[in-house]
Parts: sequence; structure tokens; C-alpha cells
Amino acid sequence: MKTHTSTGSLATWSGYRINPVGLVSFCVVLFWALVALFAPYLAPHSVGDMVDLDYFGPMRPGLWLGSDYLGRDMLSRIIYGTRYTVGISLAAVFIACFTGVVLGMTSAVLRGPVDMVVSRVLDAMNSIPSKLFGLMVVAAVGSSIPVLILTLSVIYIPGAYRFSRSLAVNIDTMDFMMVARIRGEKLPYLIGSEILPNIVGPVLADLGLRFVFIVLLLSGLSFLGLGVQPPYADWGALVRENIGGLPFAAPAVIVPSLAIATLTISVNLLIDNLPRKIRDRSAS
Amino acid sequence: MTSRVPSLILGRLFIALVTLTIVSFAVFFATTLLPGDTATILLGQAATPEAIAGLRTAMHLDEPALLRFFYWIGGLFQGDLGTSYANHMPVATLIGGRLLNTLKLAGLTTLITVPLALTLGITAAMWRGTLYDRVVTIATIGIISVPEFVLATLAVLLFAVYLKWLPALSFTYNVDSFSGLLRAYAMPVITLTFGVSAQMIRMSRAAVIETLNTPYVEMALLKGASRPRMVLRHALPNALGPISNAVALSLSYLVGGVIIVETIFNYPGIAKLMVDAVSTRDLPLIQSCAMIFCVGYLILITAADIVAILSNPRLR
Repeated sequence: MKTHTSTGSLATWSGYRINPVGLVSFCVVLFWALVALFAPYLAPHSVGDMVDLDYFGPMRPGLWLGSDYLGRDMLSRIIYGTRYTVGISLAAVFIACFTGVVLGMTSAVLRGPVDMVVSRVLDAMNSIPSKLFGLMVVAAVGSSIPVLILTLSVIYIPGAYRFSRSLAVNIDTMDFMMVARIRGEKLPYLIGSEILPNIVGPVLADLGLRFVFIVLLLSGLSFLGLGVQPPYADWGALVRENIGGLPFAAPAVIVPSLAIATLTISVNLLIDNLPRKIRDRSAS
Repeated sequence: MTSRVPSLILGRLFIALVTLTIVSFAVFFATTLLPGDTATILLGQAATPEAIAGLRTAMHLDEPALLRFFYWIGGLFQGDLGTSYANHMPVATLIGGRLLNTLKLAGLTTLITVPLALTLGITAAMWRGTLYDRVVTIATIGIISVPEFVLATLAVLLFAVYLKWLPALSFTYNVDSFSGLLRAYAMPVITLTFGVSAQMIRMSRAAVIETLNTPYVEMALLKGASRPRMVLRHALPNALGPISNAVALSLSYLVGGVIIVETIFNYPGIAKLMVDAVSTRDLPLIQSCAMIFCVGYLILITAADIVAILSNPRLR
């Protein structure tokens, strides 16, 4: 069911203009993805090894990013931290968007009481501030990586739901939806084969934005000491454990902060510079 | 035709009430999931079984959770927030002064943020597409993309480590002199202002640009009105609704920001109290703080919606 009509004859690959800002941010995102994937091959030292006699050591050959508060190699710790920050956030964002989008499309197709109840409950969940929700879950069940992934995804389901539902409601009024209904198609076919292909572009862009929110929240929780727990450390936890180096501007506290900033800013800029056709709600 | 505004506002308030009920359910049951028996925790390992049983009855712990939920809500309405597990003080006493501190911080931030952000947002929209607009846009994207603690870290680096204007991570209680007060509040307020302004600038810029795309603004342009006149005289009055909506929504980001900022700067506010309560698992304290935050957040987003309803002339 192709409905690329709004852009007319331009709907070809030649219509995609490559934007330098988008390209640079794509490279940064790719860089962090590769670092996360190949962490064991890239890290010069083991994460737990104390390789420096000094703590909060400066950058120098051999210890390219200095050492942390126990004299461990900061470069290796950041490389392994990438796995936690990127991995947990990716897992959470996929669960959140999958659940949210399926629920959103289902509500849009079924309408009526199902739509009303689901929308009301998820809206109420949306009015609990995200950090507060995280704090409460950690207070109740403690912090482990599976709990973190689940909590983060639950927090961002309402947003994904609201977004995909508003897109799906528009598609639902199209003629082909009525034809499909008259043919007697069931719900899984309606949402999977009729609606999803028409909203997949904006939904993917939304997934990217939500990924940024999740990275921010995860880092925030870890920074408060309520996220990833020692001996593991994501970027937020690295900032937390090295915060004592702040008065001497130690690289151990600056570099993980910059790592978070580069990843989230790049994802945001990448999405901002995506070709209009993918990003816009009216793309279908 | 009668006005639909009162019924719309009543409807919105009703939704807020329903939401508050669901939220208080969530807060209560999330915190009762905690494993371990409260009475045993309170009395310690050495307590006799009779003492534990007595305390359980006194605290209604042997009653169903739903009933305890109603006791809890009833207590909240009478101003009885329960007793802290950690130091056996009434939660209300613990919260009182702290809440005031947080409100001071939030108030001061609002006072600085609103004029600053609106000026930047509206002027950026006025000169849309210029270098100035691009700088503002990229700076705000940068700021909203990083966590609050990174903003705080960078602010400390800049103002305390390199410029040495302000103390780094200590909250000085010496607020007798004006300069002492200024130094104590400067860092937390700067950090919060950055975060909240970035949100507000983006939203107010978008709101003004939306109005600028309407035919009557094009008319103003065609008849030769200058850019500032076109924006301030023609577009702005109609963008006021969306802008106030943006202000209220951005201020709700304070709720999340304050949690991080109070922790990093050791500011004696209610968010710091709650983070500490989470690490000691002090349930009554967590519940009360969570409710305060949720109510504050709900007030702000409801206010945003009501402003949007009031400012929509089609509903009058």
C-alpha cells in the first residue's frame, strides 16, 4: 500500500539531500555504536585495574584520558561505559516504542471504549514526572539492569503511544482502511500491513528522540546513584564517582559528561536534519 | 451561542482530579511493593513478637492494602503525612522548611527565566533564518540534549574552577549578607535557568513562528510594516496563548531539574530530602515528597491547558 503522493515525482532517492550537519552527527552516532560493539577490543586496560599511582591523573600518553578517583584508566572505563549507556537505552527504547506503537495503532483502529480507557490511563502515567517515577521504582524494588530497562521503557510508553495514535488516527480515516475492513481483515493485519507502513518514517524519528530522553534519564538516575550499580558503570555513574575531581577540572569528570553530550546532541541533530519526507507527520 | 469555555475548564479540572487519583494509587502501591515487614524494620531484630504484632495493629499493617490506601489519603487531607521511619519525626516537620527552600529556588529561577527566555525566543522568531536565530536554535538544542548534571558540571567548571567567582560544590548556609545569599543561590539557579530557558525559548519561538505563517501577518508585511512592528503589534497578541502555555509547560521541567540540582549542589530542599529518603528507604517520606512533586507538576500542566483554552478565541 504505497501512498507517497504528497511529494509527487520527487519520491525517489535523488530527493534525499545530504546535509553536512546531518552527516557529521550520523558519524558521531555511528562512532559510539562501534565503540559499544567492539569495547573489548578497543579498551587498552581492564576496567577494574588500577594502573596509575595517582588519582585524577591528567591526560598523558598511555593514559589518554587520565585516571579516575582510584587510579583506573579512564579511556577503558568510558569505552565499557558506552555499552551500558547505549545498550540499556536501546533495549528500553525498543520495548517502549514497540509497546507504545502497537497500543497506539490498536486504539486508533478499535476506537470507542478501548481507546478511551487506554488513553486515560496512559495520560495519567504521563503526569508523573519521569525522574520521580524512576526514583520511586528504585526505592521499591532496588536497582538492577533488567529493572532499569523495564522502568525506562514503562516511563516512555505513554509518549510513544500518544504520538503513534495521533498518526494512526489520520490513516484510519483513509479509504483503503475502509476497504480492508469491508474485506473482513482482522486487527493484526490492519495495524501491521495497512497502518504501520504508512507511519513508519515518523515513528522511527520519534524512536530516535525517545532514545535521547532515555539516555538523559538513565544518566540522571545513575548520577544520583540509583541507576547502574558498581562494579558496573555507565557514563552517568562515571560522572558521579569522579565528581570529587571537579574542583581540579579532572578529565575523569569532564570526559564522561562530554561523551553523553556528544551522543545526545548528535542524535537530536541527526533527526533534525533527516530528509523532510521521513520526519514529517504528513509524510504519508 | 453560549460560551463553551467554563465547561471545557471544568472538564479539564475533572481530568486533573482523576489523574491525581490514579497517580496517588500509583505512588502508594509502588512504595508498598517494598519487600520486608515495616514493623520489623522499625523495631529492629531484637523486638518481641508481641511488640511487632502490637505495632502492626497500631499502624493498620494487618489490614488490606486498599484500606491502608484510604487511611493514607485521609491522613493527607488532614495534614497528617505520617512519621518518618528513619528518625521517627513527623514527615510534615521534615518537609516544612525544605519545601520553602525548594520553592525559593524555583521562584528565583522562574523570575530570571521567563523574561530572558521570552526575549530570546521572540527575537529569534522575529529574525528567523538569520545567523542570530541559528545560534540561538543550535544552543538550545545543545542545552536540552544534555542532562542537568552535565550542565551543572560545566557551570561549576566555568564559574568556580576557571573564573573562580563562586564556590564549587558547597552550599554555604551563611546567607546573612547579600553577597553570601547571591553566592549560595547562584550556581543552582544558573543551572536550572539554562535548562528551563532552553525549553521555553524553543517553544515560544515555535509559537511565534506559527503565528507568523498566517495570512494577516503576510498582509502586514506586504503593507510595509517593519519586522519588529509585524511581530510585536500583529503576531504577538495572537501568540500570547501558546506562549503562556509554553511557559507553564517549560516550568514543569523544573520538577525534574530540581532533583538533580539540589543533589549536586547539596541544596537543602525537598528533592534532596527525597533522594536521601530513597537511599534509606523511608517510605512515608518518599510517598509525601512524591505526592508534592506530582501535585506541583499536575498544577503546571493543567494551568498550561487552561491557558490554552482561555486564549483560543474560537471557543469564546
